[in-house]
Amino acid sequence: MKPLNLLFVVITLGLLGFSTYQALFVAPTEQTMGEVQRIFYYHVPSAWVAGLCFFVNFLASVAYLVKRSSNADALAAASAEVGVVFCTIVLITGPIWGRPVWGIWWTWDARLTTTLVLWLIYVSYLILRRFASGSQTQTLAAVLAIFGFVDVPIVYMSIRWFRTQHPSPVIAGGANSGLDPIMLHAFFWNLLAFTCVGIILVMARYRLQKMENQVEAEHAELALQGGVR
Amino acid sequence: MSAFGVTRATLLKDLRMEWRSKDAINSMLFFSLLVVVIFSFAFNPTAEESRQIAGGLIWVSFLFAAVVALNQTWARELRNQVLDAYRVSPAPPNALFLAKALGNFLFVMILEALMAPLFVVFYQLRSVGPVWQLVVVALLGTWALVVNGTFFAAMSIRTRSREIMLPLILFPISIPALLAMVDSTTGILTGEFSPDFWIKMLLVYDVVFTSVCLLLFESVLNAE
Repeated sequence: MKPLNLLFVVITLGLLGFSTYQALFVAPTEQTMGEVQRIFYYHVPSAWVAGLCFFVNFLASVAYLVKRSSNADALAAASAEVGVVFCTIVLITGPIWGRPVWGIWWTWDARLTTTLVLWLIYVSYLILRRFASGSQTQTLAAVLAIFGFVDVPIVYMSIRWFRTQHPSPVIAGGANSGLDPIMLHAFFWNLLAFTCVGIILVMARYRLQKMENQVEAEHAELALQGGVR
Repeated sequence: MSAFGVTRATLLKDLRMEWRSKDAINSMLFFSLLVVVIFSFAFNPTAEESRQIAGGLIWVSFLFAAVVALNQTWARELRNQVLDAYRVSPAPPNALFLAKALGNFLFVMILEALMAPLFVVFYQLRSVGPVWQLVVVALLGTWALVVNGTFFAAMSIRTRSREIMLPLILFPISIPALLAMVDSTTGILTGEFSPDFWIKMLLVYDVVFTSVCLLLFESVLNAE
């Protein structure tokens, strides 16, 4: 590992420790929800990182279609995978938080449903990457990524309308309105730490993907030369 | 040959082939008939209940049936390397795409026209709202399914397990369209709420995704 990368990893680990301390010990306990509200410090930053990853995935996919550079494709693949991981964390921590606070694990509310559909879209993206073969993968994946990204606002609009029409049993929102300054402080530390973790994961996966591409290219070269060097 | 000429020639060729073999229509018809029968066993609804759930039943069965036809769209062009020949020809790719999408649109519309009476009979449907709105929903909704479906079929034909791949990538993207179709149909059938928002939604979906398809089809056709 390059020294600069190592430094970044060390800083991120420090940040993560500090932000966890902030979330668990410094931030005050929420009055009505109690200790379980602390999941907020992991739930929301994960959602932020997932969103960020999917946005990077979209930009990289467009870049791939324009410039046809396999580095852009590697970045798209890396960010989609990390995005799905963080989106999964959101979908798991959400119900854990929702059950004691709302009384139910899941409700088909606009934000929850949109997150789930988002997750479905990017899982289908990963499946396509796995099933497509050879260099077509990159083009097909980039095209699907653009479809997925265009779909998200439409999904959100339609589900919001769907839900306002048939009101859901749960009205209580999250801790979004009027956050305590100390809570906000802890929240931003977590946001920063999670963003750094996301960047590290994407970069690691990006390097791995580039290596995989290199190996594949070498294999193709070798096969062209008759399989012997 | 102009783009319009290419579209027309491909469309007429596909229609003629379908007229002679009736592969797509027959398999779609039988498939959605099966879905209708199985759903009616699974839910066993009364007339009032069926009005509430019919929107979902109808569109889910058409969606599943459409996948059957969509999967066959490009398969016949792979034989004898027709698609490769098309790629090296100077004909515009979007003309080919539009022809295929229009062909599928016609097939699925015919399916819907044939299946609609069966739904009415099996589920004792009577619409409270105006029926012409159902036709509008059917036209817009079918195009929404078919335009993306044709596009994704062209993508999935290039993957390892072709037939499985199409629904896996088509269904997640189609969720808002399906929601709009189901809810507007329920709104019209029950007369409880206005389908206007959903019809506009479908229109937006159609415009957006038709543009995206036309913009990107060339990359998919030429993907190497």
